[in-house]
Amino acid sequence: MEKLLAWIDDRFPLTKVWKEHLAEYYAPKNFNFWYYFGSLALLVLVIQIVTGIFLTMHYKPDTELAFASVEYIMRDVEWGWLIRYMHSTGASFFFIMVYLHMFRALLYGSHRHPRELVWLIGMFIYIALMAEAFMGYLLPWGNMSYWGAQVIVSLFDAIPVIGPALSEWLRGDFVVSDATLNRFFAFHVIAIPLILVALVFMHIVALHQVGSNNPDGIEIKKTKGADGLPVDGIPFHPYYTVKDIVGVTVFLMIFAAVIFFAPELWGWFLEPDNFVPANILQTPSEIVPLWYFTPFYSILRANVYNFFWIDAKLWGVIFMGLSIVIFFFLPWLDRSPAKSIRYRGKMYKTALGVFVVSFIILGYLGTKSPEVVSLFWFKNVFWVQGFTVLYFAFFFLMPLYTKFDKIKPVPERVTWK
Amino acid sequence: MRKLLILMLILGLPSGVLAAGGLKSCGTVECDRVNIDLGDKASLQNGARIFVNFCLSCHSASYMRYNRMGHDLGISEELVKGNLTFAAEKVSDLMKAVMPKEDARQWFGVAPPDLSLIARSRKPAWVYTYMRSFYRDNKSPSGWNNVVFANVAMPHVLYEWQGDQRAVFKKDVHGVEVFDRFEIERVGTMDPKEYDRAMRDLTNFLTYLGEPAKLVRYKIGVYVLIFLAIFLVFAYLLKKEYWKDVH
Repeated sequence: MEKLLAWIDDRFPLTKVWKEHLAEYYAPKNFNFWYYFGSLALLVLVIQIVTGIFLTMHYKPDTELAFASVEYIMRDVEWGWLIRYMHSTGASFFFIMVYLHMFRALLYGSHRHPRELVWLIGMFIYIALMAEAFMGYLLPWGNMSYWGAQVIVSLFDAIPVIGPALSEWLRGDFVVSDATLNRFFAFHVIAIPLILVALVFMHIVALHQVGSNNPDGIEIKKTKGADGLPVDGIPFHPYYTVKDIVGVTVFLMIFAAVIFFAPELWGWFLEPDNFVPANILQTPSEIVPLWYFTPFYSILRANVYNFFWIDAKLWGVIFMGLSIVIFFFLPWLDRSPAKSIRYRGKMYKTALGVFVVSFIILGYLGTKSPEVVSLFWFKNVFWVQGFTVLYFAFFFLMPLYTKFDKIKPVPERVTWK
Repeated sequence: MRKLLILMLILGLPSGVLAAGGLKSCGTVECDRVNIDLGDKASLQNGARIFVNFCLSCHSASYMRYNRMGHDLGISEELVKGNLTFAAEKVSDLMKAVMPKEDARQWFGVAPPDLSLIARSRKPAWVYTYMRSFYRDNKSPSGWNNVVFANVAMPHVLYEWQGDQRAVFKKDVHGVEVFDRFEIERVGTMDPKEYDRAMRDLTNFLTYLGEPAKLVRYKIGVYVLIFLAIFLVFAYLLKKEYWKDVH
């Protein structure tokens, strides 16, 4: 056995990789609840790829056959319903994991120096994931699939001069059609997954170059023992592998509960309108993307004024684009000397709280018509406008409130238990 | 400050109330409650009988196979072949409608929709309420209308069972005509309780038809969760053992 390993190690750095990334990768010992979601997101990626492969074996990317082939999977393929529900539930859980993972960064400053690249690569993963989810949603060829794609692709129409030609090029037709379905299928099952896997690999390599942050937001590499190892670090394997098994099990319990007992999650994970085949003549009463896009969908619909001679729709697209792109700049917008929320003052805590509330309310209102009253007193569109302003204020005012915020002294060593 | 809040409440309330009043779960009325129980085999079988004998003449359930239905509902292949496959040659055929789509379009103006997934795209309570809410309307081409689905092209197929209903409308506080109640014009072969039970069976069957996996997934789910719960205990103990020496 040892001989075999030596033989391999001469030709491939197996032991080296194992040591550098698991057995001798020193992670801070004070990881808490928020540190589960990175490995869980990776688990969901694997689930999506494996279930996706099996779905591809029976799915037919053809407007005449697509809807029926999904029902064929649900009825006639052995365990097909389970594979399909794992995939549809997995899509939503992917976003839940990623949103919690990103929130963790905002809590403990994981995006700050020296981890800016980890954050940027992560943001590219997030964008790729959005593209992946959007294109995957067209494939069942339900009525919401069809009209959702129609609305989102037509957003490109708003871009001056090249817009209409660009959206036509994306669809491969004047409307969403068979050509669109086929190319979305190609992107969904091979192009974007390849990019996703490559980006995830880079995300982990970049992380292991600088080392993990921790809930105290301090660098464990600064305090090393006589052996040259960080005093507050423990090897990822076996400590965090056994800990993550616990996290994975709890995750699987929640995941299984949704798959087996509420796979539609009352319309949040599978929309009722998508159980009707795509109908080019009949729009759903309200065209609504799935929940993970609705905060941005709200921001898209927030602006109703043509100002500075630019059309309201184009402003909507600009605001929506900005609401996503602005995340890339977070490491440089944040000027606080403390990274972790534990040592930050009231201003950052308030700002983060307001941002989370805004994000959730924008997400909720994104599923409702702008013209009705879902919260108190005012039509949804006014609430959306208000919370859109708060959403952007979190980012644009960040250099100010993080600079003037009163911080507590940051400890030298991690706090533990 | 408090006065301002109260003022906002008073000003704001009416619009909120209006918004709530404009949306009903079943078209112009609230849905009636229906007791869905996929464990009730007799009800599912009765629902299947009604579905194949009446609905399948015009509607299809073209994602479903006869023998799969028979297998799931405990109906033997011979019974399925002899009593349920009017429109099919083989028991493994998909459940297509008897009436050709083109004829249907000519007769009703629209092709009757496929019903495989009707209980998923609508709600079971919607289907149940809809089947009980047909009323006589001389202004409509078929002579029938429905308070759940206004001006629907479908006539009341089961009127012999239910009898003829007349809808009584009244004016609400805003002066808008709203549905008040049904009145029986002609008694059917079933009394209202029998008819409701038959429609409950049909709805129950359509719920099954929308998602056959529903018959098994709850049961499997319980075992999966029990397994994971036991696994969690051991995973936790393993973690605790390893982490003993981390100080």
